[in-house]
Amino acid sequence: MIAVFETRSPIMDNSIAMNESDFPRNTGISSDALGERKISGTVGEIQVQDPRMTCRNVDVFYGNKHAIIDVSLDIGKNEVIAMIGPSGCGKSTFLRCLNRMNDTIEGCRVSGQIQLEDQDIYDPRLDVVPLRVQVGMVFQKPNPFPKSIYENVAYGPRIHGLAGNKTDLDEIVETSLRKAGLWEEVKDRLDQPGTGLSGGQQQRLCIARTIAVSPEVILMDEPCSALDPIATAKVEELIDELREHYTIAIVTHSMQQAARVSQRTAYFHLGNLVEVGETTQIFTNPRHRLTEDYITGRFG
Amino acid sequence: MQPSLLIIVLLALVAMAYHLGRHRSIATVGGIRSVPRLHSLPCYYGAYTAIWCGIPAFLVLGLWLAFEPNIITILVVADLPEELRQLAPERLNLVVNDIKNLAGGNIVTGVASPGVQAAADHFISLENTSAAALSLVVLALGILGMGAAWSRISPGLRARNAVERTVKVLLIVSSTIAVFTTLGIVLSVLFEAIRFFKIIPITDFLFGLDWSPQMSIRADQVGSSGAFGAVPLFAGTLLISLIAMLVAVPIGLMSAIYLSEYANRHFRALAKPLLEILAGIPTVVYGFFAALTVAPFFRGIGESMGLTVSSESALAAGVVMGIMIIPFVSSLSDDVINAVPQSMRDGSYALGATKSETVRRVIIPAALPGIVGGVLLAVSRAIGETMIVVMAAGLSAKLTANPLEAVTTVTVQIVTLLVGDQEFDSPKTLAAFALGLMLFIVTLILNIVALHVVRKYREQYE
Repeated sequence: MIAVFETRSPIMDNSIAMNESDFPRNTGISSDALGERKISGTVGEIQVQDPRMTCRNVDVFYGNKHAIIDVSLDIGKNEVIAMIGPSGCGKSTFLRCLNRMNDTIEGCRVSGQIQLEDQDIYDPRLDVVPLRVQVGMVFQKPNPFPKSIYENVAYGPRIHGLAGNKTDLDEIVETSLRKAGLWEEVKDRLDQPGTGLSGGQQQRLCIARTIAVSPEVILMDEPCSALDPIATAKVEELIDELREHYTIAIVTHSMQQAARVSQRTAYFHLGNLVEVGETTQIFTNPRHRLTEDYITGRFG
Repeated sequence: MQPSLLIIVLLALVAMAYHLGRHRSIATVGGIRSVPRLHSLPCYYGAYTAIWCGIPAFLVLGLWLAFEPNIITILVVADLPEELRQLAPERLNLVVNDIKNLAGGNIVTGVASPGVQAAADHFISLENTSAAALSLVVLALGILGMGAAWSRISPGLRARNAVERTVKVLLIVSSTIAVFTTLGIVLSVLFEAIRFFKIIPITDFLFGLDWSPQMSIRADQVGSSGAFGAVPLFAGTLLISLIAMLVAVPIGLMSAIYLSEYANRHFRALAKPLLEILAGIPTVVYGFFAALTVAPFFRGIGESMGLTVSSESALAAGVVMGIMIIPFVSSLSDDVINAVPQSMRDGSYALGATKSETVRRVIIPAALPGIVGGVLLAVSRAIGETMIVVMAAGLSAKLTANPLEAVTTVTVQIVTLLVGDQEFDSPKTLAAFALGLMLFIVTLILNIVALHVVRKYREQYE
């Protein structure tokens, strides 16, 4: 499909038109409350020069619950974009839209347009299998398969037939583990269960598993929330290195982490994309009051 | 006093003890407001008193009732006239039975001799004395226990700890009862089996290929001399179980996968109970389903293809048994598949795996120990199943691997050997216990193997 965006004005700077009464904090979430909850537009530049993924007017419903409200956002090539916001603001839901992981949730409905390199990923004719190869995902809790370390990494290449023979597969496994910075730690025990590794190692194993199928985009859903600070530092370092080859969208609760690893930051609030911009700008000079409240720790 | 009445009185006494104990504990600290000064809550003091009142009394009651008949009989026999006591043990038994019948007012064989009549009177008087003594002892014990516990109640008494200890002992006793029952079953089968192996060498039984347990009872009778080679029976059992598992494992496993991974919530809510109804059908109903519907059906198909199918075939019994076992496999597999964390599925889907790849490569391996456990449980169920094979598999102990022929199983033979009047010194009857023992050993080995497999291939996902 060809990308035709009915874009509204590229810069939707409604400045600080919103006041507190427009935005009830404790809305019982229902479609009725939709009108009140809607924050008109997004502050900041949603478009980038060289987008890998483009999302336009995305709405997500879980049954009657309106979880994502009219979000438009570009994800650029070789950038790390951080999604921050209070719990339940829809950032994880939005992330899961990007490789259609929401398909596995019963009663979830997505409307709007999400494109990966000019390909509408919600096109009914599209096969989700290659999509998920192109857009990989790392989860909040490390979830290695109950198999050996080697088999964990070889899983993706095997099911997609990426390796012709054992040597190729060995090579893919080694390269992926090296890229994930795990090779030196596990090269002597590839046949041991992946579940026997430490939490941080498990998460890096999951990253290795994801990059073994050579995706273009890696989605990370709070990848460090279950890790200790040292393991977190290693994963963050890894994210920075991976940026060279991949586009990364990361959801995080830690604002320091967002500031450390990302180039752009998007702030979500109750299903709305409130503000998006350069990470330094968001953290030093937020333009929307809600963003400012959140990053200064007034709530969230 | 009748034992039943005695039990009721004792229970009332226990209830009274509870109240007395509770009240006294409150009284010792001077009223309900000062309860915090007690070591335990008042109800624990009540329970403490009740335990001291009830448990010794009930123990004595139980022991007394268990040993009373024997002791009375011994006493009565000791008092019998000399000529009766000199009788052979079997005859003496008859006399004792007469005495008991006479005492109970039942019909007696022949006319009661004066000696027997006197013994019966003696018997009645002994029973009366025993009952009176029992009431006296038990009630005295109950009251004494209650009094002792009651007088000991003080704010410092650790009633809660004592009650907890008693509860623990009760729990231990309950669990040992289950263990000892198993042990008792094993021993009872074992001793009869050993008697059998004294007549028939164990090697003949284990490796003999010929099973025809008909024995001549008298020396001049013409009849088979009896052959007790159990191999055809075990072969038949294995054949039928194999057919059953060939039906049950694929169907059960696949329906479990469908229900847990593919079906939507509404279908699952409907289909799962329906599937489990299969487990609730009595096996005898399966039996005539096999014998009257499935067996003729298979025979019809076989005949139309030019095959000889006996009207009682291993195939019919095995297939119906397999259907019966489906819910075992599917229900247990469904549970373990559902227990595989969603994060495993997510991880696999996120790598672009399809549903069936995820099932085959992630979910089944993760759920395998549970599935193997369920299947082995189903196997032991199939091996021990009796009713279907009695009705549909036939009695001919043929050593064959052809599922279209009639075979017989261990359980069927146990049933036929023990049905009707039997003499317990004939190897024909004792063979049933030997078969039972073998069946028990096989299932035991199966369970041990199952445990081993489960432990070895367990893939931990946390």
